[in-house]
Amino acid sequence: MQATTHMKRRSDGRISIKSGNEVQLIMQLTILILTVLTVLAFLFFDYTGLDIQRAIQETAYNLKVMFLEPALSHFGWGEAIYQVGITLGLAFLSTILGAVLSFFLALSAATNLTNEWITKIVRIFLAFIRAVPTVLWVLIFAIAAGLGSEAAVLGMLFHSIAYLVKAFSEAFEEVDKGIIEALRATGAGWWHIVVHAILPSTFTYLMSWTFLRFEINFAVAVAMGAAAGAGGIGFELFMASSFYFDLREVGMITYMILVLAIILEVISTLLKNRYFPASIKN
Amino acid sequence: MNENRIRYKKNQQMIIVVLLLALVTYLSSVLTDFNILHGLATLPEAFIWIFSNLVVTEESLERMPTILDKLVETILMSIAATTTATILSLFLGVMGSKSVGTSKLLGILARFIASLSRNIPVVAWALILLLSFGQNSLTGYLALFVGSVGFLTRAFIEVIDESSQSAVEALQATGATYIQIIMKAVIPECLPQIISWILFMIETNIRNATLVGILTGTGIGYTFDLYYKTLNYHGVALVTVSIVVAVILIELLSNHVRKVIL
Amino acid sequence: MSLLTVQQLGKSYNNQNKVLQNVNFEVDAGEFISIIGPSGAGKSTLLRCINRMVDIDEGAVIFDGADVGTLNKKELRKLRTDIGMVFQHYNLVPRLSVIENVLHGRFGYKTTLQGVMGRFTEEEKERAFFLLEKLGIVEHAYKRCDQLSGGQQQRVGIARALIQEPKIVLCDEPIASLDPNASKIIMDHLKSITMELGITCIVNLHQVEVARDYSDRIIGLRQGQVVFDDVSHRLTLERTDVIYGTKTKPVPVVRELATV
Repeated sequence: MQATTHMKRRSDGRISIKSGNEVQLIMQLTILILTVLTVLAFLFFDYTGLDIQRAIQETAYNLKVMFLEPALSHFGWGEAIYQVGITLGLAFLSTILGAVLSFFLALSAATNLTNEWITKIVRIFLAFIRAVPTVLWVLIFAIAAGLGSEAAVLGMLFHSIAYLVKAFSEAFEEVDKGIIEALRATGAGWWHIVVHAILPSTFTYLMSWTFLRFEINFAVAVAMGAAAGAGGIGFELFMASSFYFDLREVGMITYMILVLAIILEVISTLLKNRYFPASIKN
Repeated sequence: MNENRIRYKKNQQMIIVVLLLALVTYLSSVLTDFNILHGLATLPEAFIWIFSNLVVTEESLERMPTILDKLVETILMSIAATTTATILSLFLGVMGSKSVGTSKLLGILARFIASLSRNIPVVAWALILLLSFGQNSLTGYLALFVGSVGFLTRAFIEVIDESSQSAVEALQATGATYIQIIMKAVIPECLPQIISWILFMIETNIRNATLVGILTGTGIGYTFDLYYKTLNYHGVALVTVSIVVAVILIELLSNHVRKVIL
Repeated sequence: MSLLTVQQLGKSYNNQNKVLQNVNFEVDAGEFISIIGPSGAGKSTLLRCINRMVDIDEGAVIFDGADVGTLNKKELRKLRTDIGMVFQHYNLVPRLSVIENVLHGRFGYKTTLQGVMGRFTEEEKERAFFLLEKLGIVEHAYKRCDQLSGGQQQRVGIARALIQEPKIVLCDEPIASLDPNASKIIMDHLKSITMELGITCIVNLHQVEVARDYSDRIIGLRQGQVVFDDVSHRLTLERTDVIYGTKTKPVPVVRELATV
C-alpha cells in the first residue's frame, strides 16, 4: 500500500500520530520541566514545626470564625472607613502620578513617535523596574526617603509606570498614521501633534488603562500596608492577625477589602468590555 | 461648524475629567498626608542614598550561598504553587467557561470561587495561614497557591471562550464522551495560551513570594527582612540584585518559550 | 426496511417560530440525497435532529430500527458512532496533526480513559492512513490542520467521518466555504463514498446545480416544510422557484407539488 511510505514509526515499531514539530516539543519540554521542579519543590520544602493535620483543622476553624463571626473590636467603623480611605488614597496617588509620568515616558517609548534606540533604552529600564518586587521598592524608599506615605507612593509608582508605559505606548502606536502625517504636513510641531492628535484620540483608552492599574494598586496598597508599614487598612489587617490574634477583626477587615475589590473589578470589567477589543484584554 | 462643536464638547469633557482627577488627587494627598512636591524633591536624595549605600561588597558576597539557597527555595515555591494551581484552575476554567461548561450552576460556582480567591489579597491569605501552619515553606506555598487559582481560573475561562471550539460539535457527533472532548480537543487547542499564562504566573509569583516571605518568615523575603531590620544594607543590596537577576532570567526564558509556541 | 425514517418531525427554538414542521421522509441504504432550500429553511436543524445534536420536539426519527428521540446517553453515543458528520467549517482541532484529527472519529468506540490516553490500535492507524490515501492527502498526514487549504481540511473532515465506519454520513453545507475547484473534489469524494463503500449520504446544499448533478434524490425545504421530494431530474425550474420563493406563487401550488 502506498500509504505506508508516508507513515512514521516510533522506535517500538508502532505508528506515530504526533506531528513532532518544534512547537509540540517545546510545550512538552516546558510541561516536563515544570513537573520535575514541582516535585523537587515538595521534596526540598522546609517543613519545620509543621503538623499538617492540626494545621488544616485549625485553619478550617479560623476561617469559620473569620467569615461567620466578623466583628471590629480594636477600632470603630469611623476609623475603619478612614483607614480604607488611606489605602484608596495611596492607591490613587501612585496611580495618577504613575499615569502622568507614564504618559511622557510612553511618548518616548512608542515606536511611531520617536527613534528606535530611545524606545529600546526605555524598555530595558522598565524591565529592570519590574524585576524588583514592589515591596522592596517601598522598603528601600522607606530608608532612603524616610518612612511615611511618600515612601509608599514612590515605591508603588515604579510598577505602575512599568505597567502603564507598556499599555500607553501600545495605544499610541495604534493611532492612525494618516492623522500624524497630515498634521506634520501642515508644519505642526511634535508637541502640537501630541496635544491635538495623540491625546484626543486615545484619551478614553488611557483613562481605562489607568483605572485598571488603580484596581491593581488597591490590592498592592493593602499589601504594602501589611508588609511595609505603609498604613491604611492593610496595616490594620496585619495588626489584627499578627499582634492581637483577633480572628473576628481579621474577618471583618477581609470582608471590607473583598467588597471594595469586587466593586473595582466589576467596573474594570465593564470598562474592558466597552473600550477594549477582545484581543488585548488583560 | 458642527465638527467644531463636537470637538468643543469633547475638549470640555476632557477638562472636566482632568479637574475631577485633580480634586481627588488633592483629597488623597490630604488624607494620606502626602506632599507631592516633597515626595518628588526627596527622589534625587533617595537615589543618591541608594547608590552610595546599596552596594554589593566583597564582604556581603560571603553570604551568597545562604541567599542562593533561599532564592532557589522561593523560585521552587513559586513554580510549585503555579503548577498545582493550574490543575485546579483547569477544572474550574472548564466549569466556568460559557462555551464548554456543563451547567450554569457549576459555572457560577467556579466563577465565585475564583473571584473569592483572587479578591482576598495574598497578604490576607498569608496572615491567616501563618496562624496555624507556622513559619515554614508550606505557608508561603499555600498563600501563593490560593491567589494563583483565582487569577489562572479567570485567565483560562477567557482563553477557552475565545479560542475556536467548533471541533467540540464535531466530536460530540462522533459519539465522544465529554472528558474525551475536553482532553483531546479543548485543552490541546488552548495549550499554548495556557502555558503562556502559567509562565506569566510564575514570574508574578516570584515577586509575590518576596512579599509573602516577609510576612510569613520564609524564603528570600525573610532573608531580605533580616538584613533590612539589622540595617545591613550591603546584604539588602545583594538580595535585591539576586532577585532582579533571577526574575529577568526567568522572564527571558519564558519570553523565548512564548515566541516559539504562540 | 428503510435505513432512516423521519415521521411528523417538528422543532422550534424558544417555543416560538417553528423551524421544522411536519417533516416526513424515508431514506434507503445506499442513497445519495441532497437537501436544498433557502438559508433559514431548517436544513441544518433537520440534519442535527437525525443524530440528536438538537433535541426532537415533535414526531420521531427512526434510524436503523432505533427511535433516536428516546435513547439514553449511552445508547445515543452508540448511535452516533454509526452516523458520520461533515461540517461547513470542517470543525477540526486546528493545532493538532491531520492524523490525530482523523483518529478523533474513533472516540465513540473507546472508553473515556482509552480516548484520553490516545490509545489507538495499529489497525485503526493503518485505516486512517488508508483513508487519507484514498482522499489524496496522505502526504500531509503529519502536518497541522491549520496549515492546510480549505479543501484539504474538508477532506480531513470526511476521513474523520469515514473512520467511524458509519452507516450514513450527514454533510452540512460541505462546500459552502470552498472555491469551485475544491468543491468539485469534495463532491466527487462524497459521491464515491456512496458508490464504492455503499454508505448513505445526506448533503445539505444551497447550490441547486450541484445537487442535481450529484444526487439521486432531492428534498426541497422551505420554511421548515418539505415542499419537494423526488428524484433529481424531476426538479424543474418552476419547482426550484417554489422552494426558494423566487417567484411569488400562491400557497395551493405548494400543496399540489407535495402530492406529485
